[in-house]
Amino acid sequence: MSTSVAEKQSSLYERIGGEPAMAAAVELFYRKVLSDERISHFFEDVDMERQAAKQKAFLTMVCGGPSAYSGKDMRKGHAHLVRQGLNDTHFDAVVEHLSATLTELGVAKPLVEQVLAIAGSARADVLNR
Amino acid sequence: MARVKHEGQWYGLDEGESVLDGLLRRGVEVPHSCRAGACQSCLMRAERGEVPARAQVGLKETLKARGYFLACACQPEGELEVAGAGADLRVPARITSLERLSDSVLCVRLRPEGDFEYRAGQYVSVLRTDGLARSYSLASLPHEDTLALHVRRVPGGRMSGWLFEEARPGDVLELQGPAGECFYVPGRPEQSLLLVGTGTGLAPLYGIIRDALERGHTGPIWLFHGAVDVSGLYLVEELRALQSRHPQLQYRPCVSKGQARVGVTVGALDAIIKEVCPRPAGWRGYLCGSPDLVLSLRKKLFLAGLSLKEIHADAFLPSTPPPQGGAGVMASASDASR
Repeated sequence: MSTSVAEKQSSLYERIGGEPAMAAAVELFYRKVLSDERISHFFEDVDMERQAAKQKAFLTMVCGGPSAYSGKDMRKGHAHLVRQGLNDTHFDAVVEHLSATLTELGVAKPLVEQVLAIAGSARADVLNR
Repeated sequence: MARVKHEGQWYGLDEGESVLDGLLRRGVEVPHSCRAGACQSCLMRAERGEVPARAQVGLKETLKARGYFLACACQPEGELEVAGAGADLRVPARITSLERLSDSVLCVRLRPEGDFEYRAGQYVSVLRTDGLARSYSLASLPHEDTLALHVRRVPGGRMSGWLFEEARPGDVLELQGPAGECFYVPGRPEQSLLLVGTGTGLAPLYGIIRDALERGHTGPIWLFHGAVDVSGLYLVEELRALQSRHPQLQYRPCVSKGQARVGVTVGALDAIIKEVCPRPAGWRGYLCGSPDLVLSLRKKLFLAGLSLKEIHADAFLPSTPPPQGGAGVMASASDASR
């Protein structure tokens, strides 16, 4: 990743509100994900608190915040879910909740779209394609 | 110079270096992932030294109170000692009294013979002289001169059988711990508290409630104690008396089976809670008892609006596989996540 992109993304994270915004977003987002029957079964047996922390790391990453996630981690982290049938429908559902969460928190539409674009770029890694 | 002590050895930190980076640089293996203070996989506990506030952002108040911090976000100013494995101390203790609270629950009081600090609601491991060990939650308050445990009689249970039948005042045990993060942290005294326990899950809640009241908690305190039938309820009179002295306390004994009777609610515990407390958003919750109840209730309360940071849970795990029929051994163990 070049420096100019990193700077641009870090400013996106800051424009959304930085860490406090992530903290506010994570529970809202996770609640939506867990209540969605299309995808909640993927979270049936997980430790809720650890998962919430992961959701926060995910939000931080897609908002362009400080994060050390790589495509390799994404693949490894989702491989077992892909074996359980994780596909595009589920990915879309998560993106939908991400969009709704940011909108609910008053994030401007162009910023939401930038975040969704970053999230979308992870699709191939998440689905192990 | 900032430095950090880990497993008996000091490591110097470079200017602005985090505890995580400093330890990794010297070849210490520390679990970590995001390095951004988000994923919490590098959680550590400080035994001594000043932890910068930034290293505790996003942690529960109960974890902060015990010195937990995120190593990746921790740039200490001075010296920091990180808790190492095996730092637990055992303290001898003597049984002072054994009192039946019901047919199936015994209150065991112990006097530690040495320093033993804890917070109301935490749990301890009790070791018999032959090495037999079980964990029990504490029902007492730290300023009381004895520790109180509520021990459920378990069919075939070695520790509970011994305590019920053979143990006598004066017998010596050892204590290890305390552990657990189900305890009251002062602050936000007006907040509503929701405490739910099944069986001897009442023990830590009994301590937490009295601790909160003594520390001046002013908000409503809801206590739901669930049992299969009325024979599983205990401390009923004590809790009713406590309620009459503190009108903000709402005590609700609940049973899943049996005839309706005055003062006892019949039904599924989660449904009763939902009906009585339909909107718990912004509350603080404490859940103790059978793992099924604790885990499912945690999820339901989170979906109903409670923040995960505000939910403190101790699932009581059987010490051995429960006998057929499912009557579990109620040895307390912390929630597996920590």
